[in-house]
Order: sequence, then C-alpha cells, then structure tokens
Amino acid sequence: MKVSLFIPCFVDQFYPQVGVSMVKVLERLGCEIDYPPGQTCCGQPPFNSGYWNEARAVARHSLQTFAPSEAVVSASGSCGTMMKIFYPELFHGTEQEDEARQLASKTHEFSEFLVNVLGVRDVGARFPGTATFHDGCHGLRELGIKQEPRELLRHVEGLKLIEMTEAETCCGFGGTFSVKFPTISTAMGEVKCASIAKTEAEYVISNDSSCLMQIQGLLSRQGQKTRCFHLAEILAQT
Amino acid sequence: MIAYARQFQQMAARYTADLRHRGLIQRALKGYETKRDEYKGRFQNWSQARQAASEIKWEAINRLDRYLTEFITKLEARGTHAFVAGNAAQARDYITGVAKKNNVRSIIKSKSMTAEEIELNEALEHAGCTVFESDLGEYIVQLRREKPYHLVFPAMHLTRGEISQLFRDELGSTPTDNPEELTMIARRVMRKNYCSADMGISGANFAVAETGMISITENEGNARLSTSLPKIHVALVGIEKIVPRLEDLALFLPMLAIAGAGQPLTCYNTLYGGPRQPGECDGPEQFHVVLLDNRRTELLADAEQRDALHCIRCGACLNVCPIFRNVGGHTYGTTYQGPIGSVITPHLRGLQNWKHLPSASSLCGACTEACPVGIDLHHHLLQNRRNAAQDKPSLPEKILYAGYVFVMRRPALYRLSAKLTRIFFPLHGMIKKTPLDPLRAWTRTRDFPAPAEQSFHAYWKKRIPERKTPHAAN
Repeated sequence: MKVSLFIPCFVDQFYPQVGVSMVKVLERLGCEIDYPPGQTCCGQPPFNSGYWNEARAVARHSLQTFAPSEAVVSASGSCGTMMKIFYPELFHGTEQEDEARQLASKTHEFSEFLVNVLGVRDVGARFPGTATFHDGCHGLRELGIKQEPRELLRHVEGLKLIEMTEAETCCGFGGTFSVKFPTISTAMGEVKCASIAKTEAEYVISNDSSCLMQIQGLLSRQGQKTRCFHLAEILAQT
Repeated sequence: MIAYARQFQQMAARYTADLRHRGLIQRALKGYETKRDEYKGRFQNWSQARQAASEIKWEAINRLDRYLTEFITKLEARGTHAFVAGNAAQARDYITGVAKKNNVRSIIKSKSMTAEEIELNEALEHAGCTVFESDLGEYIVQLRREKPYHLVFPAMHLTRGEISQLFRDELGSTPTDNPEELTMIARRVMRKNYCSADMGISGANFAVAETGMISITENEGNARLSTSLPKIHVALVGIEKIVPRLEDLALFLPMLAIAGAGQPLTCYNTLYGGPRQPGECDGPEQFHVVLLDNRRTELLADAEQRDALHCIRCGACLNVCPIFRNVGGHTYGTTYQGPIGSVITPHLRGLQNWKHLPSASSLCGACTEACPVGIDLHHHLLQNRRNAAQDKPSLPEKILYAGYVFVMRRPALYRLSAKLTRIFFPLHGMIKKTPLDPLRAWTRTRDFPAPAEQSFHAYWKKRIPERKTPHAAN
C-alpha cells in the first residue's frame, strides 16, 4: 500500500525521529512510502485562534500538497484532526469543499492506520520497560482513537503498560493556549505529571508529540527521570 | 487588555498557584464521576438517551414561540400571572413592583442562577426588602457576600471548618465539624425565615408547555417551603427552560441528577401549576412566572450555536473541565462558569468583553463528551473565537498570522526560516526566562526542546537522493 507521510511542522523540526520511526514501521509492514516535500503546517494555530481566513490560506496549500496521495498518515493526532475534521468545516461552502472532504476521508492517524487499515496489531517490536499511555484529546475525542495504540503497545515484547487514572485528562498543551494562558496550562500539566508519577512508569507514550512536548517540558523541569516517546518510536524498536 | 480579561488572568494565576484550593476541588469532585457512571448504567442506553434529550430540546428551542405561547396560556388559565421580560431590568422591575405592591419586607429565596444573572437580590435589597437564601450552599455564599462558585454547588470551594467558622462569626453558633450539625444550625435560622417571609422566589429547572407547570429539582426541601409558605410565589425562568410535554420530565429529571450530581434522582422533584385554587387549603395566593429573555433570543438567532440553549444547567461540563478544576469558579467572573459559561457569556454579555473565556480552553472536548443533551461545547468555543477575531482582529495576531501564512505557503521559505532558527537557537540560552525571551510564557515553567540537528525533510532528502516523488519539487 502506498502511504504519504504527513509530518507536521513541529515534528519535522523538533521530533524528526518520530517520522523516521514511522518510516521504519511502515516499511517493515510492506508499505511504499512517499513524503510530499511541499508540506509545511496544517494551519491549526490560526484556526484555533479564530483567524480562519489565514488558516484557510495555509490549509489550501496542504490540500494541493496531498491531492495526489492515496492515503495520508499523520504523525500527530491533533494535526490529523485538523485535516480530517476541521478542513471540511473550514472549507464548508467554498470551492475547495470537495477537495477538503477527499483529503479528510483519506487521512489517518498513525495508530489507527496500522490497526484499522492495515489490520496489524503486532508490528514485531521489542522494548523492555514500563510505560503509561497518554491519550491526546484530539485523537481521543475527535477521532475516537482509544484502543488502537494500546493494542499495538500490548504486542510490544518486554513492554509493560500501566494505565494512569488521568489518561484521558488533557495535558494542558492546547496549542496557542499553552502560551496565552501559561498558568492554567501549567497547572493542567502538573495534574497530568502527578498521575504519571503515581504509575511509577519509566516512560510516557502518546500518539501526539505536541502533548509530549508539554509533558516532557514539565517533567524535565521538575527533575523527573520519566521520558516521553511517541508511539512510533517504540514500535520502531526491535 | 480588557479589564475582564485581565482580571481572569490574575485570578487564574492566583488560583492555580493555590495548591490547597486545587486539591479541594479535585477532592470535591472525586466521587462524582464514579457515581455518575454507575447511574448512567441504569439507562438501557445512555447515548440514545442523550440523543433523545437533544432532540426534545431541539424541538422546544426551534419552536420556542409556539411552546412559550402554550405555556403562558396554560399558566394563565389557572390564575398565574405570566410576564415576559425582555431584559434583566424589566425582570427586576416587575419583581420589585410585585414586592412593593404587596408591602413585602422579607423574602425567602430558593436557588436560582437566573436570579444571579439579573442580580435580583441587589435590586430587591435596594427596594428595601431583606432576601434570605434558603439553599444551604447559597446561604453560605450569601453570608460570605460571595457569588456562587459553581452553578450547581455554590459552596463547593469551602471546607466544613470554614463553614463552621463562618457560622460562628455570622450566627454566633458553636464550632463543629459535623455536617449534620452545620445543617441544623442553618435550618434553625431558615425555619424562622420561612414563616416570616412575605414572598418566596424560585427559579425553575423546566417549564412544561403542555401543562403550564414549572418543575423544580432539589435535595433539601427548601424550594418547596420557599414557594408554598409565603403568600406570594415568584418564579424566574429563562425562556430556554421549556420542554414540550410532561412526559419529557421522565427523561430529564433523572438525567439532570445523574449528569449534574452523580445522583440517581434528586430528593425532591416538584411541579408547580398555579396559585391556591378555590377549595384548596394551602399554597400561595399569588403565583407570578417571569420569563426571561435577556439576549437569549440573540443566541436563538445564531443557527450555528443555537443548541447552547439546550442546556439544562446540570453543571456536568464544569465538573469534568480541566480548566475549571484548576482555576475554580470565581475566576470566570460570570454567572455561568465553566465551558457552558464560556460559550454563552459572550452572547449574553458581549463578545469583545468576554472573548478571553472561549480562548481560555485547550479544546480538549471533555465538556462535549459529558454534556447530557449533546451540546457541541468545545466547537462553539472555536466559533466564538472565530467570531471575535472576525469582528475585531487583534493587530499583533493579524501581523503574526500574515507572516505565518506567507512562510507556510512557501516550503522553501519555511525550510529557510527553520534553518535560521536552528542557527540562532543556541543563543536562546542567554536570554532564557528573561523578559527578552520570546518563549518566556513557555520557559518560565517548562523546558523547551532544542530544534533537531536535522529535520525530517533533510533526513528524507539524504535517504533517497535519487528518489523521484510524484509531486512537483518544491
């Protein structure tokens, strides 16, 4: 199957290893991988701030970039949601509405693509240690992804998954929210980190690097040793 | 920055820094979700029940004119005075007018957020009346001269010790840590007030069009006493409280209790259908129902967000909201706190003054998931943001996003700016956490990652330099 990778801007710049890991996993599963090089940002920052014209201008660029793709797999549940859920809304009643719907229908979040499209649960990964999984809100509530990443992690040899009580509670990132309301964002992150600490897990895994930027940023500042990994990074380990 | 927004930021900073307070709220809500889920399980299918509730409210709100007319006609047939107040001032004037006409001095009031919305107590006190709150939580915040903290649990931010101290200071009671004893102290005061009150004021949880009745849900029995002992009962009802049929309550009463308080049903559910009828031995001599618009019809005119009027004020969205759970209710500075408040306050009190509330959300969607009537709360927050930016864009953001669009539509320029960031990022260490740091809002409390040495794009290019992609090179 031919797969176009969608590596959102902040993953491209700060967490390229997530993209590299996705390539490894998808190739191991026999996918033919394509990376449309024109991709930049999905347009979520202006969209969430209310500047929908600006968001549309950038989203239009994404529509063109991914137009020839058969299936688009996103490294981030949140940026994937932007394409899958919010593009149709953003382009509603415009000339690009059909294009937006087409892109939405072929866009997948990484774990959901592996489990529901490729039908894979065991990707042949091995990663010794204990981990807890954080549900990114967009992946969880907009895309309805809950069991898929857990299914994949349960099949990782040597990995013990411990659920935290606040798995579904927002980490407090929320894009521009994190810098517009830093005190609230930080307090929310602290609740998350306390829940993580209770599990005594060595690693925090999520399917969204933006949440992990928030969680790791706080854990590091608190001097905690717990390390954050994107799901793909774990699945790439053999 | 607008004063309300500045105040919100200051209060948020104060409350989030108060770990004791945050712990208190977490503890107060601890058992709630477990109980709520347990009782949700008593429904054959909770999600279908939500769907049904949403459809009933849709019907009521989309035919509000018809149902309001029916409601008023039925009310008047049994001798109730119905008054439609276009705004808060009209409602206040009508109610103070009834008080004056009947020489009312003492008023007993059961819980009503709508009364908070129009600042009714202040108006009545100004008119020379004394108002006693009879809901225990409301009574406590009234003694503290505070606004309700939560639209369902007005005093959830207080400990037993604080309430005991308050009662000692205000009522001269003996300190106690026992909730029953605290309740008895309040009850002793309250019983006298019921008997001496000339007028009782209540809100309503539902207004049944079919029968011309209001429905009040409570746990303390205070609303029954407040509305049946005094000679006059005035009920203040938001026009969105309409449900078409009596049988709709069979769904809404348990739903309200479960979603709002994790209770299978509240202790008292009462229907009020009119003043004392000929031959009846008790009940008020006069019954007034004041139907309040106060810009609700403007929300009704907004097809996109009309469903916000479906709200049954259960408070479920507050209980699950991670923002509410960290900043608490008073930070909002509004009658209606939490997600529903952030959706409707900009409509009820002015978008530009209150646009910071929809922005103060991570859009996690826990509210939408919890809402029993399926209001699309977090998407409405997004729409409020869009409307606010469309009406009156902020210049700095406009400039920022113009630059952003210029760069993001040009992949080569995007990569160049990323490269420049990578080159200059090591200098960030010199200004980190200082006022010069553009990332200060982040770095004050959190570490910020350094850009990777090589972007994914660069990795891909190196990995297969000979690769021909089906896309045009950028």
